[in-house]
Amino acid sequence: MPDAGGLEAIAQELRDADPTSVLGTTHANGRAEIQIDPASNVAVLEHLRGRGYSFLASLHGVDYYPHEPRLGVIYELLDMTEVDRISVKARVSTDDPRIATVIEMWPGASFPERELYDMFGVEFDGHDDLRRIHMPEDYEGHPQRRDFPVGGEPVLFTYNENDGYGADQ
Amino acid sequence: MSMLSDYRKREESVTMSTEVAGVGETHELLTLNIGPHHPATHGVLRLIATLEGEVVRDIKPIIGYVHTGIEKTAETKQYWKVIPVVERMDYLSYYFNSMAYCGAVETLLGLEVPPRAQYLRVLHLELNRIMSHLVWLGTSALDLGAMSMFWYCFRERETILDLFEMSSGQRMHTRYFQIGGVIEDIPVGFAEKVQAFVDEMPTRADQYADLLEKNEILLSRLRDTCILDEQTLLGLNVTGPLLRAAGNPWDLRKAAPYSSYDHFDFKIPVGSVGDNYDRFRVRHAELYESTKIIQQALNGLPEGPFIADDRKVVLPPRHELATSMEALIHHFKLVTEGFRVPEGEAYYPIESPRGELGCFVRADGSAKPARVHMRDPSFVNLQATAPMVKDSYIADLIATLAMIDPILGGVDR
Amino acid sequence: MEVKREPADFRSRQLMARDMLRGDLEDADIQKFVEQAVMTTTVDRAVAWAQGNSIYPLTFGLACCAIEMMSIVAARVDIARFGFEAFRASPRQADVIILSGRVSMKMAPVIRRIYDQMLEPKFAISMGACCSSMGVFNNYALVPSDKFLPIDVHVPGCPPRPEALAHGILKLRDKIQYNEREGWRERYDAVGTEEVLPSAIGSAGGRAGQNSTSVDSAAGATGA
Repeated sequence: MPDAGGLEAIAQELRDADPTSVLGTTHANGRAEIQIDPASNVAVLEHLRGRGYSFLASLHGVDYYPHEPRLGVIYELLDMTEVDRISVKARVSTDDPRIATVIEMWPGASFPERELYDMFGVEFDGHDDLRRIHMPEDYEGHPQRRDFPVGGEPVLFTYNENDGYGADQ
Repeated sequence: MSMLSDYRKREESVTMSTEVAGVGETHELLTLNIGPHHPATHGVLRLIATLEGEVVRDIKPIIGYVHTGIEKTAETKQYWKVIPVVERMDYLSYYFNSMAYCGAVETLLGLEVPPRAQYLRVLHLELNRIMSHLVWLGTSALDLGAMSMFWYCFRERETILDLFEMSSGQRMHTRYFQIGGVIEDIPVGFAEKVQAFVDEMPTRADQYADLLEKNEILLSRLRDTCILDEQTLLGLNVTGPLLRAAGNPWDLRKAAPYSSYDHFDFKIPVGSVGDNYDRFRVRHAELYESTKIIQQALNGLPEGPFIADDRKVVLPPRHELATSMEALIHHFKLVTEGFRVPEGEAYYPIESPRGELGCFVRADGSAKPARVHMRDPSFVNLQATAPMVKDSYIADLIATLAMIDPILGGVDR
Repeated sequence: MEVKREPADFRSRQLMARDMLRGDLEDADIQKFVEQAVMTTTVDRAVAWAQGNSIYPLTFGLACCAIEMMSIVAARVDIARFGFEAFRASPRQADVIILSGRVSMKMAPVIRRIYDQMLEPKFAISMGACCSSMGVFNNYALVPSDKFLPIDVHVPGCPPRPEALAHGILKLRDKIQYNEREGWRERYDAVGTEEVLPSAIGSAGGRAGQNSTSVDSAAGATGA
């Protein structure tokens, strides 16, 4: 990953291109992260791709409940020639969880974006097939959000099999 | 190559285009549902195939049939209790799952893993890689019709599982890797058994090659089928043997070495054409390379502790509990509450048998992780199925699925 | 489920056999000897013996337990010794479904449909902790298999060793051969797997006439 100075240089370039895009940078735990405004994610990723970070290693989400904006969309980019990694984080709120899709740049982001939609409820504008990927199609709720209960079943034994299990449910 | 293998050239007189062929004929597209219960999809994968005759025009994979909510369950458990949960994700490469997770947490803690633990980790990781490739080889050959490979590969797999049972007590999902190192040092006799395995593995790999390499049917099924070029694969975020078969020598063990991989001397097998045959050969050649790494790890195994020293994170050795009050308190704290990890986010990528396996952990200062995400290689590699099998036969679809080597536990998590 | 013989020790039976061959046994003794030594049995018992010795499992691997299920087909723990190596892919041809792995919410209706397609007599083995009792992951995504399938044998383990699964399959074989009604069939007074109306289960006074009120889904077959 680029050192702290390199990270600041990249952030400065992005700010020069669009002053509203970069919200901050973090350099910790072996990770160089740029926090951006969700509206400019495609522009930022294009710029970074032009700079050499051409491989999208991972696209995943985090729920920062109770800090707003809650839903974070994180892009882990990789530069294969220099062996360099950089992360881009965009946070959207649950009231308006929309962000632009990146499947034009990386067709392989299709499944991860669907997973983010399924698990967190983030809607990707421009994704041609945004439907649930892990849960059944008609499932309600977004399981990976922090306020969604873990769920689970009490274990079925012979002694309790007629209470609430079986045909009279 | 004999006549059998140039049947594809002979069929060039038949056009596979979607335009009307012949007088007044139209070709209808048939939608066929393959799976989720199917003998040849590796796991519960459902494919909606759009066929024109025997030719596949489009494939839509539908997954989620073994979705287990691993990431949600991991948020409710203490950091060291997450290890068994996360191990069961990509269920053929369980050491890799726990390695990625432990690496991420160790990064967050700033914990230094001692060299003996690093070498032991590499030893077990490479044994797991060989085991995963053996299961792949056995089941792929089974899909292609070469049934006897299954028994040969599982014979070697049983030897490896005996080694795992010797070092940790379990055959699968051993929770041998812990945060800070490994849970226990290797027992007496383990090194000799590993040496015996390493001595015979190359000859066994030669036997597999002898059985399959010169087989006309296998060659004509795999050669020049379902080629996908490197640029498309990179756009699809594919890593691992699939990318290496297309010619890109990207391997995290060499590019960004972790856990002392830079101490070992091994090669990366790379293909040239990017067809199914190259994918098969790349994985087969990795068997030899992994054996070399295990030999070097065994020869150079350093002395020292097998887990880190930090008592705030690692359980103290049991004999100290009888004499030291601090050890007792540490033990109690660690077992009941677990250790707290300072706030932060870490992403730790490693090279699993299927590609880049990364673990993203977000810590919020408490004893339980706030988010554990496993970037699974099969999840992303599965998107390459549709471009690969477009305009080839159903039989090639089955062969390609076998060569992609998806593990649905990792795909669905 | 062992077959008990009388007299229990081998030596007395041996002497009885010797006496019979010499022609020394009297009427009552001959009767007893024939009952014990020769396998006189009803047709049901003979059929059950044959069925138990030729179980065709369904190829049904879900997750990690499937790898250990593949190990029992492999050479070290070899279920071909018992004749069970013929795994059938089509549910119409299979006798037992081995649920090997975790059952997710999406998969449960698929499994139920496959189980319904299997022909009588059919059995189910729940292999591993996840399908028996939610296992390591007790969360929103999983369904315990008992909720939608009647299970005959539960094999604990995570994953169970191949030897453990072989033990479970042999227990199922004993159950088929000697006492098919053991387990859920006895508790619900069922013979086949036709669905029974809720009012018929647990109705006061009993079990008589339960099968006559059974509702058949699509099979149309009467008589259990």
